[in-house]
Amino acid sequence: MSSDYPGNPGYDVHALSGAYAVDALDDLERAAFERHLAECPECRAEVASLREAAGTLAETTAVEPPAALRDRVLAGIATTRPLPPEAPAPVSLASRRPRRRVNLLVAAAAAVLAVGGGAVLWQQPWQESSQAPSAVEAVLSAADAKRSSLDFDGGARATLVHSDSVGRAVLVTEKMPPPPPGKVYQVWLDQPGKGMVSAGLMPVREDQRVLLAGDAATATAAGITVEPEGGSDKPTSDPIALFDFGRKA
Amino acid sequence: MDHIRPVGAGAPSPEEGAPGAGPEPSDLAELLRLSARGDEQAFARLYDATAARVFGLAVRVVRDPAQAEEVTQEAFLEIWRTASRFAPDKGSPLGWLLTITHRKAVDRVRSAEAATRRDATYHEQNQPVEHDSTAEAAHASLEAHRVRGALAALTEVQREAVGLAYLGGYTHTEVATMLDLPVGTAKTRIRDGLIRLRDAMGVGS
Ligand SMILES: [Zn+2]
Repeated sequence: MSSDYPGNPGYDVHALSGAYAVDALDDLERAAFERHLAECPECRAEVASLREAAGTLAETTAVEPPAALRDRVLAGIATTRPLPPEAPAPVSLASRRPRRRVNLLVAAAAAVLAVGGGAVLWQQPWQESSQAPSAVEAVLSAADAKRSSLDFDGGARATLVHSDSVGRAVLVTEKMPPPPPGKVYQVWLDQPGKGMVSAGLMPVREDQRVLLAGDAATATAAGITVEPEGGSDKPTSDPIALFDFGRKA
Repeated sequence: MDHIRPVGAGAPSPEEGAPGAGPEPSDLAELLRLSARGDEQAFARLYDATAARVFGLAVRVVRDPAQAEEVTQEAFLEIWRTASRFAPDKGSPLGWLLTITHRKAVDRVRSAEAATRRDATYHEQNQPVEHDSTAEAAHASLEAHRVRGALAALTEVQREAVGLAYLGGYTHTEVATMLDLPVGTAKTRIRDGLIRLRDAMGVGS
């Protein structure tokens, strides 16, 4: 776009703090700045203070919402479980295995992915929760929802929740670092007879809940791999995380 | 300055000395703490204390009231779900709520279809802010008055850049184009403007 872009000489990443604080960076810049934030306490402090400053502008735009919205919000929370605090972080594992700790960008020995043969159709990119809140909520609040979590070095966590009754799976990530430059995280469902089928690309954001494309009721596992930008038709690297749905027993 | 008219719009009518004006930040923190334990009544009070600012911000960014309601609902659900992750040492409860709201509102307008709609309505904005006559509303208008005063500390181009980025939901690249600025200049104006606003409001440092 211009010389003022990540990777070009003279690019000052610190100067993005203000635009980052008001969500005014594009995805590429945001990923670059979040990598920088991880190692720059000054920028972290500045972003926090500038977010406070920006928030004061909301005083000038206040509008009372319709009363019906209050009812919908309160009905929504009544069926949603608050997350536990991060520190003790109790995690209920669907398969009762101990939590595995893997290095995020190095293929974990524990996570061996069997890639089945067969043509794989490109699936739609996965939907973000903001576009499909009802399906995400349906999975998370389903009576038969099963969860398993993986912790990564550096404090990131990925939790896979699937519900056979809803037939969908949701990936919840916390503190997920951005993928390496030129790479994306891609999510897969292991479908009997088809192998790993793409369930979408992961948007670059630390904390999110995303609905996986594809039928989770037939899948036997879900995995995350690091793929070249744009994604792949089938996994080209070992998974950084693999969630077994525990159907083989 | 037309771009940022909504910031200065509406007659500020500070009602001095309104008793019991608005919940203190510490109260919001307490309500968040209780919400994290699943206390729905505490969350309802949190909603009542903040919904006008959350919804107003969503409306201002996405423009379409129906979509703003969806954004507001998503934001509050996220706030409920992640209340235990609020870190009081990193910012105010309200700042945290609005950060979540803003992110969701921006996600919404950056989807291609929403962008089309938004461009069409960009110049026909100006939704008057109506407050009812509760103590909270009086508090809110006082705060709004303070913010408008603080915005005077910004240069015009800083004010426009901050307004387009935060209230308009535009990227700094888009802001640069809209204000005829070199790309690198817009992000600097946004940052400098926010720093001045922060210092004038005495928040977050
Ligand atoms: Zn920095």
